Order: sequence, then C-alpha cells, then structure tokens
Amino acid sequence: MARKASTWILDGNHAAAQGAKLSRVQVIAAYPITPQSPVTETLSEFVEGGKLDAQYIAVESEHSALAVCTSASMVGARTFTATSSHGLAYMHEMLHWAAGARLPVVLAGVNRAIGAPWNVLNDQQDSISQRDTGWIQIYARNNQEILDSIIQAYKIAESIYVPVMVCYDGYVLSHTEMPVDVPSQEAVDRFLPPYKPHTILDPANPKNYNLVTLANPRINAEGVLCHGYMELRYLLQEALQDSREMIIKVGQEFGELFGRSYANMFWENRLDGADIVIVAMGSLAMEAIVAADMLREAGHKVGVLGLRVFRPFPKADVMKALKKSRLVVIFDKNISYGLEGATCSEIKSALYGSSVRAVIRNFIVGLGGRDVKARELVDAVNKSLLSVKEGDLNKEYPEWICGI
Amino acid sequence: MGTRDCQHICGESSPAVGEAGKTGEWRDSFPVIDQEKCLPVRQNKPSCFLCWLYCPDAVINKTIPIQINMEYCKGCGICAQVCPAHAITMVNEEGFCPNETD
Repeated sequence: MARKASTWILDGNHAAAQGAKLSRVQVIAAYPITPQSPVTETLSEFVEGGKLDAQYIAVESEHSALAVCTSASMVGARTFTATSSHGLAYMHEMLHWAAGARLPVVLAGVNRAIGAPWNVLNDQQDSISQRDTGWIQIYARNNQEILDSIIQAYKIAESIYVPVMVCYDGYVLSHTEMPVDVPSQEAVDRFLPPYKPHTILDPANPKNYNLVTLANPRINAEGVLCHGYMELRYLLQEALQDSREMIIKVGQEFGELFGRSYANMFWENRLDGADIVIVAMGSLAMEAIVAADMLREAGHKVGVLGLRVFRPFPKADVMKALKKSRLVVIFDKNISYGLEGATCSEIKSALYGSSVRAVIRNFIVGLGGRDVKARELVDAVNKSLLSVKEGDLNKEYPEWICGI
Repeated sequence: MGTRDCQHICGESSPAVGEAGKTGEWRDSFPVIDQEKCLPVRQNKPSCFLCWLYCPDAVINKTIPIQINMEYCKGCGICAQVCPAHAITMVNEEGFCPNETD
C-alpha cells in the first residue's frame, strides 16, 4: 500500500502544479495568462529551488509554449504547459500539431471566457472550442480531481500517444482553496513509469518526422507502402475511439493505489432509477448535485451525470445512462454560436439511433464568470418539466439564464 | 494490403535516394549542358562545378563531362542561372507550352 498521503489546503492552480511536479515533468514551457499564471509560476519556483529536476523555458507566447513542448516531447522529454482562453486560442495550430504528431503532451486548461469583450472569469468556451483538435479532454470538478487527473493524464497520454488536456474552472477552482490529498512521490513513481517515446532523434539513425505527406499513400525507398495524410489522421481517430479502455484502466489503477477511483467517463449521482437527469461538466457538476438534492426534496427522481471525459465523447456510456430518462436538462458553460451548447449537441448525437425518447433541454449558464446558483438550476429543471407536459422533445435553440 | 504494415503512427521517413518517389516527374523543363562552353570540359580538369554546388537536390555529379540525374532533377533552373559560362539552357519538356492560349 502506498505511503499515506498528506492533506494540504490547495487552490486549483497549486493542485495542478503539484500534479505536474509529482509526474516528474522534464520540460515546462509556458506563458502567463490570468487565471493560469500561478501554475507555472509555482513550477518555476520548484525548478529554481531544486525541488523539480526540469527545464523551465519562459517563452514569448503560448504558441511558442506548445511549440517548445512538442519539440521537447519529440526528443523524449515529458512536457507540461498550462494556459487559458486567449492563450489556448493562440496555441490552436500547435494543438492540431501535437495531436497529429502523436505527442503525449499534457496541458492544464484553466477555463476562462474568451473575448470580445475582455473577461478574465470562468466559462468553458476556450477548451470547448478546441474539441476538434484530437486531444483527450478531461474536466475536473474539484481540486483533488485536478491533481489526480494530471498524474493520470501522463499515463494515458504516454500509453496511447495522444495529448491530454485537463480542464478546470478558472477562479471557481483555480483560486479557491480546498483540502487536497497530495500523494507521495514514491507512490506516484510506482504508478507512472518513465516516458517511452515513439520518436527519437538519433544521429546514427536519422529520420524525418511529420514531413510533408501527400494525399495518397506512397512507397518509400525501401519499398514499404507508407501512410498518406488521411491514413495518419485515421490512426488518430482510432486511438481516440479506443482510448476509453485505457482511460478507465488508468482510472482503476489509480483507485487501487491511491484510494480514489476514476474508472468512469462521467460521475454518476443517483442515476439509478432517475427519470430526470441533469448534465453538467466541471465544477458545475457539483452545483448540479445540490440542485438535485433540492429537486429530490420536492419529490422528483433526479440524477446527475457529471461529464468527466469530453473527448473521446462517451457515446455508448451516455446512451446507457440515459436509457430510462424522460427529461435531460443539459447546462452548458459554452455555446457553439449559431447552434447550441456543445454538450447538448454531443448528447443528442449519442442518443441518435437509441430508443431513448427523452425531452432534451439546454441552458446556457455562467458565461463570463456569471455565478450559477443551485436555485437557478432547479428553476430551469422545473421550467423544463412544464415543457415535458407539452410533449416538446427538442427546442430549436437553448435558453440562457442571464439578464436579457 | 493497407498502409498499416509500415507501423508508423506519425509521418516518418528516413533519408534515402528516392524516398519521396521519382521527383523528376515533377519538372516541366530540363537542363541541357553545352559541352563546348562548360569550363571543366574545356579545361579537362576539375574546376568550377558551381552547378553541382548550387543544385538543391544534389543530382549533379562532379564528373567530366557533368552528369545530371534526370530521375530526380526537378528542373528548377538554378544550375542554368549560376553557370558562369552560360553553358546550361533549360529546355521545355515535350508537351509543355507556357505560352499556349486557347
């Protein structure tokens, strides 16, 4: 059994920094942005104070940060970066690159609203906007999950060679202190072996990686038929489709060693026997549990599906969990403009072809750091219940809980 | 037989002649050397060889007479540009008509 962990009072940013430190990251390249800056400031203090044997590279932009991380990862280093909002947007091209190059970079995404207009407070638009890039996306509900998810992220990433983004709500988690069990270094070392890269730059055996690749497969000088662009991209999708198994396995192993299991794609709260399900992601999933308590007191059979892994989207698991539901209320701290909240679209996609005939309602909440109260979630569910009576399965556009 | 046998998970290649295929097929004009003007040929000793030095695809040999590997020459025309004796002319491939209009 692992040496007993100690409980520290940590905010989300410090929990993330501890996670990276315990994972023995070797190269950290980062650029500051509110509300992420303390993550990498803390890591730079660890490096400077000799507590973490790593190279800390202060780059001039987030684009460079991820460029440095991908380059270092290519030569076999375990790398880490953190960012938010505009910084994540600035990295956009390199997010595609890291995934296509199959590099196990881990990124802490501290969720912050994106301008215009300027806003430094929390919503999930930033990471949701990057869901197409090919990264695994995991959302933390509290600071313990932040620390734990970063450690697991390395194990997942390095097993299947897909980069992982651990997302957590800016300010709500990043700057809020909570008790966190910090595992011992020995225990983490037992859980997380050193990184074995699939690419290595070796002068004795020179190679060109991620070269210009044409549309069609080509026969190389050795007569071997090599992938065209589409085949390489297929492999990335295949890796993501198959990653569920590894994510659950790593979550299970983590539970066995540290006493907190993550063998799931989402957190289930009283889903058994519930015919009304609230879906939320990140810290909002905790608020949803409070709302569910209130609704249960009023006699409703409400459960909460706290989405944890957003990419790969757990279609089969969601379909199974919502089988008995007649109302699904999805709260999104983001919106795909012109359509609806991202989680809502994806849940609908998961349910297509199943026998589930639940009413689905989508509410946009909390943008730009707007506080979301459990009472408001309760009111939204009650409002949705009224439309169940009218037999209205789907609305064209989501409703917004705001001052308009 | 698919491409999975190559066992790459990202784009990957090793340096080798012809790794990207017969790139000579890409060209629309090719270099022709006038041996009466070429300096190493006239002097019958190794000299000049600026075409070899500047060729971006390393398809020119420092031989007398100079040989160009037409399997990989892309017809960029740099050799013709740099030749101090103006011994190299770029000739259009058969079927390539740059000024043709309908």
